[in-house]
Amino acid sequence: MTATDTSDRETDEPRLAKKRFLRDAAAHVRDTQHRAFVRKALGGYYASRDLQKARYRDWEHARDAAALAKWSAVNRLDELLPRFVAAFESNGGRVHWARNAEEARRIVLDLLRAAEAKAVIKSKCMTSEEIHLNAALEADGYGVVESDLGEFIQQLRGEPPYHFVFPCMHVRRDEISDLFGKHLGTPPTDSPEELTMIARRHMRRLYVDADVGITGANFLVAETGQISITENEGNARLTAALPRVHIAIAGIEKVVERLDDLAVLLPMLATAGAGQPMTCYNTLYSGPRRDGEADGPDEMHLVLLDNARTALLADPEQRDSLHCIRCGACLNVCPIFKNVGGFTYGTTYQGPIGSVITPHLRGLPEWNHLSAASSLCGACSDACPVRIDIHHHLLHNRRNAARTAPNAWERLGHRLFVAVARRPWLFAAGGGMFRRCLPLLRLLSPPLLRSWLATRDLPAAPRQSFRSRWHTRPRRDPASRPDDPCTRP
Amino acid sequence: MNDDTPDRSTSAREVILARVREALRVPAPLPHGLLDDDSPAHAASGPAHAAGPAPGGFPTLAVLPEQIARPWLPDGGETPAASLELLLKNLAALRAQVLRVADPTAAAGTLAALARERTWRRVAWHAHPLVDPVAAALPCATHAVGPTDFDKNAVEACDAGVTSCEALVAQTGSILVSSRTCGGRALSILPHVHVVVATVDQIVPTLADALHAAKRRYDGHLPSMLSFITGPSRTGDIERILVLGAHGPKELLVVLVG
Repeated sequence: MTATDTSDRETDEPRLAKKRFLRDAAAHVRDTQHRAFVRKALGGYYASRDLQKARYRDWEHARDAAALAKWSAVNRLDELLPRFVAAFESNGGRVHWARNAEEARRIVLDLLRAAEAKAVIKSKCMTSEEIHLNAALEADGYGVVESDLGEFIQQLRGEPPYHFVFPCMHVRRDEISDLFGKHLGTPPTDSPEELTMIARRHMRRLYVDADVGITGANFLVAETGQISITENEGNARLTAALPRVHIAIAGIEKVVERLDDLAVLLPMLATAGAGQPMTCYNTLYSGPRRDGEADGPDEMHLVLLDNARTALLADPEQRDSLHCIRCGACLNVCPIFKNVGGFTYGTTYQGPIGSVITPHLRGLPEWNHLSAASSLCGACSDACPVRIDIHHHLLHNRRNAARTAPNAWERLGHRLFVAVARRPWLFAAGGGMFRRCLPLLRLLSPPLLRSWLATRDLPAAPRQSFRSRWHTRPRRDPASRPDDPCTRP
Repeated sequence: MNDDTPDRSTSAREVILARVREALRVPAPLPHGLLDDDSPAHAASGPAHAAGPAPGGFPTLAVLPEQIARPWLPDGGETPAASLELLLKNLAALRAQVLRVADPTAAAGTLAALARERTWRRVAWHAHPLVDPVAAALPCATHAVGPTDFDKNAVEACDAGVTSCEALVAQTGSILVSSRTCGGRALSILPHVHVVVATVDQIVPTLADALHAAKRRYDGHLPSMLSFITGPSRTGDIERILVLGAHGPKELLVVLVG
């Protein structure tokens, strides 16, 4: 199954997002080959993650420390954000504030214009996916190349990332070989190594020739004014080293207080997200090239993005979802993600954390269905290295949605149930009627029941109700069986 | 601070900061599921944990201990010998190669032999007491990178880049490099092979130790780039199968002196 819809779904009419979700989920669930492929890809992750977690002397206490580092930063954003900006600008970088996606896109376009950019190279940046930056740059005539291998493959396929850490985990190597053959004219191969080398050779010249490099940022360090970028391939290092101008885009919630916090957060991000002790490159940038340094950009800009993050901040109950370090661990363990796949969500951030935050970023009425698509098993909360209470937040979203837009049928149903359950005689009569009507119901199979029964069996009705069995049960003298656990005090 | 920015940006800043202040007027509970004991993790957050989310109830940087023991993270070694052993083990697991030599002269000999064996045609390097003797002994052409001498095309065409480092981290097998003393930004990432010349006394137990050391060394004037390099460049983007040498160096060689 492929979803080729890269259009901006923010403008969707209400309920359209939900309809798409149901349609795509149904199609994906039937695609057993695809599901097996994704599960196999994740198998290696589970093994290496467990291996690396075992190297921690106490993983649970490390989670506490990481959670507290993010908690104390997010809850002091009013103080730390200005402190970070002052430190960053004193190092020679420039900060640009963007209230929303449109403002952020305009800032980047203005910077490209001022730099007279001809070629733009980009490293993986989910914030840029969130603001649909590439489409805006291309509309203005800028060629922009994604340098991360997974993002490059997705760019060539004309698809958004499938998973916000593993963008093309759903694509088979033969598809990638065909894709490279079509776009780069390379001979077919079934070796992941050779396919990687094709991208490497293709990209080398582009790093050297680009005038502007665009990156994301994983952490903003208030103490020192540095931005921290986590990656494995080295493409972000090259993107921030060779072009004349470096533009980074980050959400305002990325601030941490101390450089020392990274000594906990960097290894935890790598272990939870990719099963590594550290990712290959964890790099701190504090501005453009300094005197006495051999190379580096002449200008460094940072776009600080709100885009409804302050709305999430204003909800103390779910504020901790801003602790998210985008490791993707919750996706990797989620039974829903593994069964419906990344595209079905229709969001920038997939999986459990995406289901929590998307309603805040794009509107609860249109995106509440994501919170309903959960088994509430809690695997996401257990996997989260910064202890975000993800599965409870899904319940919070459901509650908030019911409060703001109550479902008339649901309310009627609940009221009816309350009315019946409070009257034992009515309950008994109703139960008896239901037992007798069940075969008829099965025969008629009304549409509502039919969709329920499509994947489930309707059990046969019992001949006798629990109530009548209870009344006719053989009586025992409790004193004669002192060991009966039910009668023990 | 932002006198030269247009009105739009200034007002966006004011609006966002006002939203942040307004949002934080209601405090949030502590993270869900914290272990309920007097664990070191809680001690590390210090008074912040005890004071709750009230603004102003938090410690300033000055009162926090400069170095916090974190006995729950992966081990970094209690003694220099233990740290060395851990570092070697971690580098091997990361598929970095380690060449141990007795002194700088031996380092130069070892690398010259390697350059001949690999038939390197051109190697980039930067001026540094540890790198200079190595570069001087190389049997092939060399390209020196410096503050007044940087050509990205020339560096790209080199077979290998030789740099020094700030520190070697036993805990994770990471190598901390900086743009100030390790040949800038590109030298350690652009050539196909990255050779790091380091001494055993550059080994520190943990990531925190490496960051503290850098902060102390540069005293508020940090290099524009500090990078933890943990093994050769890699990707798992195709079917989650590990491939070395995605965009950065395919090989990472550590020449460890002492």
